[in-house]
Formats: sequence, C-alpha cells, structure tokens
Amino acid sequence: MAVGLDKVKPEAITEDKHLVVQGMDISGHWNRMFEQRVSWDYDVDNLDRVTDLPGGESLAWCYGCAKCTAVCPVDIVGDYSPRKIHRKTQMGVDLFNSDDLWLCTTCMNCLRVCPKEVNMIQIMPAVREQAVLEGTTVPPELQKAFEDTAKHGNPLGQPQRKRADWTKKVGVPVSIMKDLGRPVDILWYVGSYPSYHPRGNDAACAAARIFNSLGVDFGILGVEEKDDGDSQRLAGEKGLFEMLAEQNIAAFSKYEFSRMVVTGPHEFNAFKNEYPKLGADFKVLHYTRFLVEHLDKLKPMLKKPINLKVTFHDPCYLGRHNGEYDAPRQLLRAIPGVELVEMGRCRENGYCCGGGGGGMWLDSFTKEHTTMRLSERRVREAAEYGADVLAVCCPFEVSRFEDAAKSTGNDELMVRDILELLDESMRG
Amino acid sequence: MNIVVSIKQIPNLTDELEINAEGTGLDHDALQYVLNEFDEHAIEEAVLAKEATGGTVTVIGVDTTGELDGALHTALAKGADSAVKITGDFPRGTDSHTQAKLIADAIRGMSPDIVLTGVQAADDRDGQIGPMIAAHLGVPYVGVVTGVQVKEGKAVVHKEYAGGVMAEFEVALPMVVGVQAAHQPPRYAPVSKIRQIAKTAKIDEVTGGAGPRAGSTVRRMFKPESAGHAEMWEGSPEEVADKIATLLAEKGLVKRG
Repeated sequence: MAVGLDKVKPEAITEDKHLVVQGMDISGHWNRMFEQRVSWDYDVDNLDRVTDLPGGESLAWCYGCAKCTAVCPVDIVGDYSPRKIHRKTQMGVDLFNSDDLWLCTTCMNCLRVCPKEVNMIQIMPAVREQAVLEGTTVPPELQKAFEDTAKHGNPLGQPQRKRADWTKKVGVPVSIMKDLGRPVDILWYVGSYPSYHPRGNDAACAAARIFNSLGVDFGILGVEEKDDGDSQRLAGEKGLFEMLAEQNIAAFSKYEFSRMVVTGPHEFNAFKNEYPKLGADFKVLHYTRFLVEHLDKLKPMLKKPINLKVTFHDPCYLGRHNGEYDAPRQLLRAIPGVELVEMGRCRENGYCCGGGGGGMWLDSFTKEHTTMRLSERRVREAAEYGADVLAVCCPFEVSRFEDAAKSTGNDELMVRDILELLDESMRG
Repeated sequence: MNIVVSIKQIPNLTDELEINAEGTGLDHDALQYVLNEFDEHAIEEAVLAKEATGGTVTVIGVDTTGELDGALHTALAKGADSAVKITGDFPRGTDSHTQAKLIADAIRGMSPDIVLTGVQAADDRDGQIGPMIAAHLGVPYVGVVTGVQVKEGKAVVHKEYAGGVMAEFEVALPMVVGVQAAHQPPRYAPVSKIRQIAKTAKIDEVTGGAGPRAGSTVRRMFKPESAGHAEMWEGSPEEVADKIATLLAEKGLVKRG
C-alpha cells in the first residue's frame, strides 16, 4: 500500500451528503483535494509489515510533526524517537531486524503529545513479538531475562523456593497465605525485585514494618507468587506473560482477600489493565495510594524528622500510564523535615529511568546506542535541582539510580524508596 | 538424515528436595519436573546437526510425569520436526533400564542414523540410558560428547576426557551419542512459540510394553548427615595460635617443644 492512504483513521473520515461551507455548496462526492498526498517514491513493504500487525496499525498515522522527538527520553540521550522510527521504516529500514526495535522503554511520553495517537506501547510489543518468535535479533541479555523468568518465575534467575526468604530479615511477622488458612483484608503482591534484589529487600522489609505498625491484616503468596510478566510482554514475550498470568491468577483465586496491594507500578499496570483481559477480577492498589488512605493514622507515627531536600521521580507506569501523581507526593510531604523539590521533568512529563518495556534487561545494549544511560541523565537532573535524596516508588529504580549516581560522580545523592523513608521516620 | 533425541524429565533442582516416607527415594509428588539439562544439550546438538546437514529431528521420551507434552512442545519450538511419547504405567523416577528398553523398542522401526541423548541425568546419575539404547540396537556408543558433525554415513564426535584432554572419534552410522554439552548453548524457545505449537502440534503416542527390572535398587536415600561439628575459637591471634598448637599436640600430630 502506498504511503498516505492509511494516514487518517478511517473512522475519522465522514462524508456528508449535503454540505455548505462559507456559503458555498460543496455537496457531492469528495474530490482529490480532500485526499492525502500519495507518495510512490519508496518501497513501503517494511512499513506495511509493521502496520499489518494487530497493534502496529498506528505507525502509519504519523505525519512527522516531531512532538514526540522533543519528549522521547531516548532521543534526549541518543538518536531515536517514534517520528524517526516512522520515517526510517517508511524509507525501507526493516524495524524487525533493527537495533531501534529494542530501545523504546514504552514510557508513553510520545503518546501523551502525539496528535495522531501513534501508539508505541502497542507498536513496539507487536513488532518485538514477531522478532522474538523468529528468534534472530533478540539481544542476548534480554533473552536471558526471558529464559530466567520462564525457568524460575523471576527475571533475576533466583530459585522460586527462596521467594519469601527476605521475610527472615524483617523483624516483624509476615504471613504466608498458604500457612495462614484464612481470608485477609490485603493480599500483598511483593514482586520479584523486592523479593530477591538486596535493595528491593530493603523496601519490602520497610513495607512489612509499616503494614504491621498500621495494623493492616495482610498476607503474601510466598513461593506461590510469580513475576507479573508485564515488562516481558512489552519486550515481546507475550506467551511468557500469558503463562505467568495464568499461574498468578490461579494462585490469587485460591485465597480470599478484599483488595490487593502491589509494591511496583509495573505489577499495578499488569493487574489493573492486563490481567482482567485474562479473567482476573480483583481490586488492586499501588502501595502509595493504599498508604495515603491510612495517612491520618500514619502521620502521628512519623516521628523522626528527615531534614533533607527530597525530589521525586514519577514512575512511568504509575504516572503517565495510570494517572497517579499525587499519592507519592502526599506521603513525602507527610514526613517531617522533608523539603520536596520538583525536577523540571516531573509528573506528566516525568523522565523515564530506562527500565520499562524490557529496558531493565537491556542495559549493555542500550548503553551502546546512547551517550549515557537514561538513569544517568535522570540522576544528573536530580543533582542539578540540589536534591539530597532521589525518592522513588518503583522496585526497578533503586538499583538503577544508585548505580547511575555512582557512575556519574553523584555519590552523595541518596536513592530511597518512599517506603524506606517512611520506615526510617517511623522507627525514629 | 534421521536424527532421534531421547529425553527425560527430572525433578527441578531449584526446588527443595523431599525424601519419601519410606526413605528410599524422592517424594515425587512434592516435586516439579523439568527437562534434564543434558537432554536440552542433546536437543540443541540435534537441531544444529540438522541445520548443518539437513534431515529431520524426532524427539522421544517415556511419559513418566504426565507432563512430557510440555517438554516435547519446547523441543518442537526449538526446531525438532516430530515428537513421540511412550505411555503406560511408568511412574516418576522409572529406572534407566526400563526407559532405555522402551525407547530402543520404539525407535528401532524408525531406522535412526544417529540417536542423541543426555550423557546423564541428575536424578539417578546413572548415565546408562545412552549405552543401553546402543546395546539394544546393536550400534556403537560414545559418551561425554561436546560436539557432533555428521557427513557421508559417518559422525565425527568430540569427547571430553579429564584434565582438559579432547579426543576426536570417527564412527560409522548408525550410532548413539551421550551428549555432555552442545557446541552452542541451548537456544531459548519463546513461550509464545511453545504455546502456538501446543495448540497445533501432534504428538505421536506409543504404548510401552513391560520393561526389564532395574539393575539395582536404592536401599536408603537420605540428606547428608553432619558427622561432627565445628568449634569457633575467638581471641587474639596469639591465643588462638596457642589453642591450635595445644590441640595438635593432644591429637599427637605435633610435639610441643
């Protein structure tokens, strides 16, 4: 198909039988002046291959305005944006075998500004899925994360039987649903990084102590919990996502709970928007929103002032994808002594840490195509605003930003999950 | 080229291993089963051989878990052409003598040019399935192989000896190979692809007859028992050194001057 014929969503075109514009009757069939310019200059087979995929259609709608280029976090440290992807593909570059395919973090800032609703959150997973099925161009580090997730139920490659080992470090009881044998108010889905990563463990322990202090009736799944799989889905392994979703939904449905609380925004996105398509039916909250519900009770417990300048990094999958900007900030403001400063790129325009859409497992690959890591750009921004603490609420981010703070010489910048800051203030 | 790969499933070693109530084996009901790692390498080497020389790869196993289909679908997703499972009353942990006989009987009629299987499996550390298939079929066997090249009715196989010594064998086909490692890491089969194949692939079923009895029986299976204990000595280096010297003298290992 020639470029242009599919540039306007078909449903957006209406043909009026009788139409008078500025006193002139232009009734009758629309003539050529209403048609898109048709370009026959290029071989557009490669563009057609993308737009023929379910989910890939909207790449054809791009009209090259480049609004996305201005906000794309990858373009800020490299040469990549949806508009550039469209143009290259239009000119014959094979996206299925291009390194560009693996650079998008699905942060959604492009879609936010796109007048044509070119949706990279659908395009990229659709094309990646084909690349994964063909198995030719998948970066090895990403493939390893897929393989570890398939074998062990988590992308870190840790044994499934050790998933609840972190609870030994907490110092307060954490009930496993299987042992508890009764319904709970809150089923806490801990997540892979809080369960296994040492810095993730710190946030999980902090959450357990906070929940205990608030008297929350909660339980975790322990070894019955598997990775949510959403980032693997966005990275192109849809089958792996579906397998994990089936296993998790089966585990969830074994127990009675009123609501689920999750530690991570990616899990929040998975359970809120994707699992229901596979039959899941439960209410899920990110921990920041859940704790805001308990703010009246929580506030008096926050005794120790934290006299630091704190800035907050909006996780893409909590903010842009799911519209939650206020709960994390309410929690930070509740901590005595905290001076909250906003970075330039915040809220709807928050900068991506680089970990979404599979980026968490493409660090070396992305590094080769960018002048600096996205996480490095972000910690520099935090440092530019004079922050002592970069506060986060996504389990991908603590290790990413701590590494970036070290590699950019900003060692003095502390990276803390909001859970850790609350816990510190509570413990006095 | 008719390539056959014999596979089996073993307990997932990343799980906690439980001993059964009789203390004679693993508690199979409490375990999850995965494909034997060496068999994963055998599949990879088979697919690599097919890619190099053409032919077909048939993967076969005794269904001791009721879940062999998953392993067979994975093999198909990696490039195998057909899959066969041997069914019957064969419980988890069926001994290697029985499995080798069942597989040899099932593949004899397929006239394989080369049979690949993992050199051993972590469940029994027996390493006998390959040699026994070869014996049943009356063909040569080479084990601990790290690479197979097939051409003109012969296979050149690399065998790994201790101490880093390698040997190259030229063997007339048909033969059986016990694979230690494929010459490339086993490829990843995307779950998307496995799930697609699971919907459409046909697995041939063969009913297995009675197998021979196992060559040996396990009298007792147990977790390592601590034979002694360690005592930690604290203090200054001089004090600790003095304690060590005293102990060695008490044991009669050195004389105190």
